Amino acid sequence: MSAPTLFDPAQEPEPDGVRLRTMVLWCPDWPVVAAQVPVTTPAAVLAGGEVLACSPAARVEGVRRGMRRRDAQARCPELELLDHRPDVEARLFDDVLAAVEDLTPGVAPIRPGLCALRVPPRYFGGERETAAVLAERVVELGVWDVRAGVADGVFAAEQAARRALTQDVLIVPPGGSASFLADLPVEVVDDAALTGLLRRLGLRTLGAFASLAPADVVTRFGDHGSVLHRLARGEDPQPVSRRQAPPELGVGRSFEPPLETAEAVVFSMRTAVEELVAQLAGHGLVGTAVRIEVDVDGAVASARTWRHPSWFDAAGLLDRLRWQLAGRTADLQKASDDGSHDGTDRPHGGIDGVRLVPEETSAVGEHAVSLFGQGPDAQVDRGVARVQGLLGHEAAQAVVEQGGRGPGQRVHTAPWGERVDVARPAERPWPGQVPAPAPATVFASPAAAVVVGAEGQPVRVDARGAMSAEPMQFRSGPEADWQPVAAWAGPWPVDEHWWDEAAARRIARFQVVGSTAAPGCWSSRATTGGPRPAMTDPFPAECHVLVARSQISRPERDTQRGWRPR
Amino acid sequence: MDLDELRQRMARLEGRPVDTATVPVHPALAGLVTPRVGGVYGVDAASLVLTLLSGPSAAGAWCGVVGCPDLGVAAAAEAGIDLSRLVLVPQVDEAWWEVVAALVDALAVVVVRPPARVAPKDAARLTARLRSRQTVLVVWGEWPRCDARLSLVSSDWAGVGHGHGRLRSRRAVIEACTDVTVTRRREVWLPGDDLVSRPVQERPVQERPARAPVRSVS
Repeated sequence: MSAPTLFDPAQEPEPDGVRLRTMVLWCPDWPVVAAQVPVTTPAAVLAGGEVLACSPAARVEGVRRGMRRRDAQARCPELELLDHRPDVEARLFDDVLAAVEDLTPGVAPIRPGLCALRVPPRYFGGERETAAVLAERVVELGVWDVRAGVADGVFAAEQAARRALTQDVLIVPPGGSASFLADLPVEVVDDAALTGLLRRLGLRTLGAFASLAPADVVTRFGDHGSVLHRLARGEDPQPVSRRQAPPELGVGRSFEPPLETAEAVVFSMRTAVEELVAQLAGHGLVGTAVRIEVDVDGAVASARTWRHPSWFDAAGLLDRLRWQLAGRTADLQKASDDGSHDGTDRPHGGIDGVRLVPEETSAVGEHAVSLFGQGPDAQVDRGVARVQGLLGHEAAQAVVEQGGRGPGQRVHTAPWGERVDVARPAERPWPGQVPAPAPATVFASPAAAVVVGAEGQPVRVDARGAMSAEPMQFRSGPEADWQPVAAWAGPWPVDEHWWDEAAARRIARFQVVGSTAAPGCWSSRATTGGPRPAMTDPFPAECHVLVARSQISRPERDTQRGWRPR
Repeated sequence: MDLDELRQRMARLEGRPVDTATVPVHPALAGLVTPRVGGVYGVDAASLVLTLLSGPSAAGAWCGVVGCPDLGVAAAAEAGIDLSRLVLVPQVDEAWWEVVAALVDALAVVVVRPPARVAPKDAARLTARLRSRQTVLVVWGEWPRCDARLSLVSSDWAGVGHGHGRLRSRRAVIEACTDVTVTRRREVWLPGDDLVSRPVQERPVQERPARAPVRSVS
């Protein structure tokens, strides 16, 4: 294989401006670079049990791409194995793309670690100079291994980049793609089935493959083979398609002089919000999550992302803005009540800017209003919005069932109008769950019930789950009357989240049936607090106190309609 | 939309009294109380709230619960209430009256636990609004004028012994006062062993089928 001709800039013909050349930037081992391990650490990224990429340090030890995990570890026992995270890799490569885009427009990402661009013929002084400027910019980002290749087409440029040295460029002269590619092995086309076949046919280099007649290639290898054949001949059918810069959809207004009241801000933002919704609609989109940022004295004072179960219209966004401003005012009010503001000072700085940035959008077609059956729901949304206007955004709640052991844990509430994300799916098995029927009353703040034995001593549960006495009497609160225990069951010890200090709890549950008075209730005695209780600590007890009512004292009735006294 | 419904809408627009439609009711309460749209129904226990709500909710009605932070939502789901059509407003302070008024405009059934005594004048005004909005109000507590009042007279939990078993079913007696003089009582499973609430029926003891007489076959 003869050395590819390095291009001498002195011999560069004057670009005629008709055909721009293509440059490919390649950051080798991008999955490893994206994982941000130290350069000296041998590391490999695995996908499907095989090495997808490895660091130079690992390559020195003999680790290669495509090797199985066991083989790689046999070659290099201290190899650090990393998971393949395509989204993270793509996101980090976006920084490189943005840096390149700053210098020259029209970058086409090929895959994370590889991008193509049209070389500006004269702006930086030539192809070599362009490559040097771009490499310098990318190295500034901390990606020290970047290589460039320049050729007429993307495929040849990529092959050139793969044969360039670190932070260097390999330039294939105009029209020289075919001769540059001729010496390369057929494996570079990255199609295992085709290259295996070509090898068996005795075609070992791209030059040999390229020398076949195009008509024969189409009949023997089909359309796909024909495309690869054109690549091998240096005719690149694929033009560099520029990355479409994402359109700027956010809207913002700044207020001069700053506005003091929430109503004034909402009124001033009305046209901007309508503009945002219209702008999104112009792109065929609706906003499902919108971030609202409020500036006070030139700095962002509050920023919050609002989500909508369906999508935001202008009125909905204005409501969210109003709630956000109201919450901020309440915070300031609290701060001034605490004395952090002196009375002479202005209560708070004026609002001098508001920005709305759509964070999540979806196609408007997914949310099209169906012909029937939407009316009542819209009415409900309006009614609940009025409640939220009265009491605040968190006052009205939507509920979803979720997994959990206690009855209170089995419910997830979220403010109405926000998307509900359930962390614990209900359909998974929950061993130790309080079996159905669930109590109709679950105290938001548990009442301190007391259960005593025959001699009036409190019933305790020791670390092994044994009870100190049989429950005979209980009362559901400090002021409540004692009542006898008609039946009881338990204890069911629960030791949850012992690995998490904040959420850890050790309780023992009982079900106790009384005989008179108060309605069925769920009450708790001595819930855990402070540091995680040790395994040897006795269980605080949680009683499920259910009361069978045989005789009820009838509450006094309104005599207007003549309720019959009993 | 059929002609009757159209007539009713016209009547409502003109402010004439309309014959009110009934609301679906849970089988356990069927015959005991017949809720009608625009009515006010009083209850005195959380399980009765859930049973009363489950009928319309299962039929697709939107429900709202105001001022009941202690309501067991897991039990609501077990009772057959559609949680996706349930709005909770647990913490209401002085504004509870406005909240109820706002929800009455939008939802089909609204449950409220009044934190304060309600003046008959205010109640009458809300009743007029209920009629025009075709909404049912369920009051957990005291209310000046109820169309019917359900109360739990006794309940007897089964399944728990002394240190063994677990709560399985409840046999309860519900009393319904639908009128000044009419009081009906019924014994119901609330819930039964299979978590379904239904009236207690004395099952007719099935007689074992008489055996065919033994015959000699040889």
